[in-house]
Amino acid sequence: MSATVPFGPRAESRQPAALLTLASVSKRFGGLQALSGVSLSIERGHVHGLIGPNGAGKTTLFNLITGLYAPDEGRFELDGASYLPAAAHQIAQAGIARTFQNIRLFGAMTALENVMVGRHVRTGCGAWAAMLRTPSQRREEAAIRVQARRLLDEVGLERLADVPARTLSYGDQRRLEIARALATEPRLLALDEPAAGMNATEKRALRELLLRIQSGGVTLLLIEHDVKLVMDVCNRVSVLDHGRLIAEGEPHAIRRDPMVIEAYLGAGHA
Amino acid sequence: MPERWPRFLRAAAIVAIALALAILPFVVGTQGNAWVRIIDFALLYVMLALGLNIVVGYAGLLDLGYIAFYAVGAYLYALLASPHLTDNFEFIQTLFPDGLHHSIWLILPLGAGLAALFGIALGAPTLRLRGDYLAIVTLGFGEIVRIFLNNLNAPLNVTNGPQGIGNIEPIRLGGINLGRTQTWSGFEIPSVYLYYYLFLAIAIAIIVLTVRLQDSRLGRAWMAIREDELAAQSMGINTRDVKLLAFALGASFGGVAGALFAAFQGFVSPESFNLMESVVIVSMVVLGGMGHVPGVILGALLLAGLPEALRHVAGPIQQGLFGHELIAPEALRMLLFGTAMVVVMLYRPQGLWPAPSTGRRMHGVPPGGQAPRSPR
Repeated sequence: MSATVPFGPRAESRQPAALLTLASVSKRFGGLQALSGVSLSIERGHVHGLIGPNGAGKTTLFNLITGLYAPDEGRFELDGASYLPAAAHQIAQAGIARTFQNIRLFGAMTALENVMVGRHVRTGCGAWAAMLRTPSQRREEAAIRVQARRLLDEVGLERLADVPARTLSYGDQRRLEIARALATEPRLLALDEPAAGMNATEKRALRELLLRIQSGGVTLLLIEHDVKLVMDVCNRVSVLDHGRLIAEGEPHAIRRDPMVIEAYLGAGHA
Repeated sequence: MPERWPRFLRAAAIVAIALALAILPFVVGTQGNAWVRIIDFALLYVMLALGLNIVVGYAGLLDLGYIAFYAVGAYLYALLASPHLTDNFEFIQTLFPDGLHHSIWLILPLGAGLAALFGIALGAPTLRLRGDYLAIVTLGFGEIVRIFLNNLNAPLNVTNGPQGIGNIEPIRLGGINLGRTQTWSGFEIPSVYLYYYLFLAIAIAIIVLTVRLQDSRLGRAWMAIREDELAAQSMGINTRDVKLLAFALGASFGGVAGALFAAFQGFVSPESFNLMESVVIVSMVVLGGMGHVPGVILGALLLAGLPEALRHVAGPIQQGLFGHELIAPEALRMLLFGTAMVVVMLYRPQGLWPAPSTGRRMHGVPPGGQAPRSPR
């Protein structure tokens, strides 16, 4: 794999240090208070870890940030501009892309086509252009194809470009989801347990990939259960437990935080 | 056509197919013009099936009311190219003292546009529905349109109700009346042959358009919605707009086919647009292979052609075997039709000719061969 990074941030603005800010976000599902008063700030260029035991509300927070759920209360700011997480497609447009804990690829489409779908939000040719095959449409299609191939190359799936996504191995599917999300040119890439189901070699490659994405200027929000991976790549870690933020700080500090050890790593580690 | 074929072989194959299609009516016509007529209808069904394939095959939205768009196109042509409106409305008579004789080149785009509007009218309230629920609503929509056509003869006689509209003018192309046998230097070409060439040209145009749509940004967005709507949204696809486009574009092809149908028949009535017709078109798409254009064409040709052929063959065979007709060909047709659907669904649920690799074509992987794996 090449060391160059084909994806980068669009027009990096120099304003606030925080790319994404959440202020007292709450979400309730019937009788379950999934999140209560979570405030979180993700700094530009960081890999920000989000950890916590199962059911702590990590994925709920993800779904709120990416517009799949509407929050009961709370404020959201991306790049200094407040946004209402209303429609998922507008949030992708604004520059937040995500992967899913239970992989959601377009199974019947090839790996390449999956990544090409990711280009949708940054391209514009419509039905008329497609039916008439206008020169600009052909140029755009060619560019989409080239960019998608480059992203497949970047995640190491170039040889599987024409294979239907559903026939890929688990680890390959996870990497394909990352490539598809990167194709939307996100400012913030939210990854929901990207290492789940990967073997040790794949995890090492993933770690390098994440660091490469970060050095390309994309901010990362990472939910992960693999403690070693979190400690290796994260600049900052937030810990959720029972829908509340119980700790935030640098990875090594989080590792020693007694509340975190009790809630997440287990009382035996204390 | 396989892309690994050498260029000259592909060119030769295209020329051969074009020649075969060009002389087809003259070959089939030796057995009687009724057979060419069957082919003409089959071509209309190809257009319908390809239009529905956009909605059902690409976008994965089950539409059981598709025949409504065919009806919209057919009635639009019937009203704009028959004496019905001038006979029933004085102000139209005064506006058009010579009667309504609009050109097909005006009516086709109008029909496509009006059908597209109807498509959006169906799509907009059903955006949140999927699968069975969507099927039920679309089924109702198809019936509503048919019932309207059946009852819009009072207080104003717009559609002439169940009697339908007759005296519809045939298509004129540059002074050539497709409704009459044309004689060129002693060489006679019957009306059904002329319509064959027109329908073939339009069917090919629709094939080209749908293939282009499939391999486009919009086509990929449709398929993404079909595969996983939530993930499609998260990738920035405005699923509302993209679904409405699928409904509108699919409907517009149905509208075009409907206008051609009205001109070809010279008569339209609501009974041509019943639920059974919608079911037949869905069956063509499903039986042929959802989302795969060659498969859908095959499905349309089979389901449109075979039952008609059966009708011509089953009677004489029964006469020969039993001395009299045991089962009416019409009943036999539906029986075989149903059986074929059950068998296909049991043994080939993806259809007779699904896209390779179940999803789409594959490049660079030998057919039946193993896909290359990435090194571990």
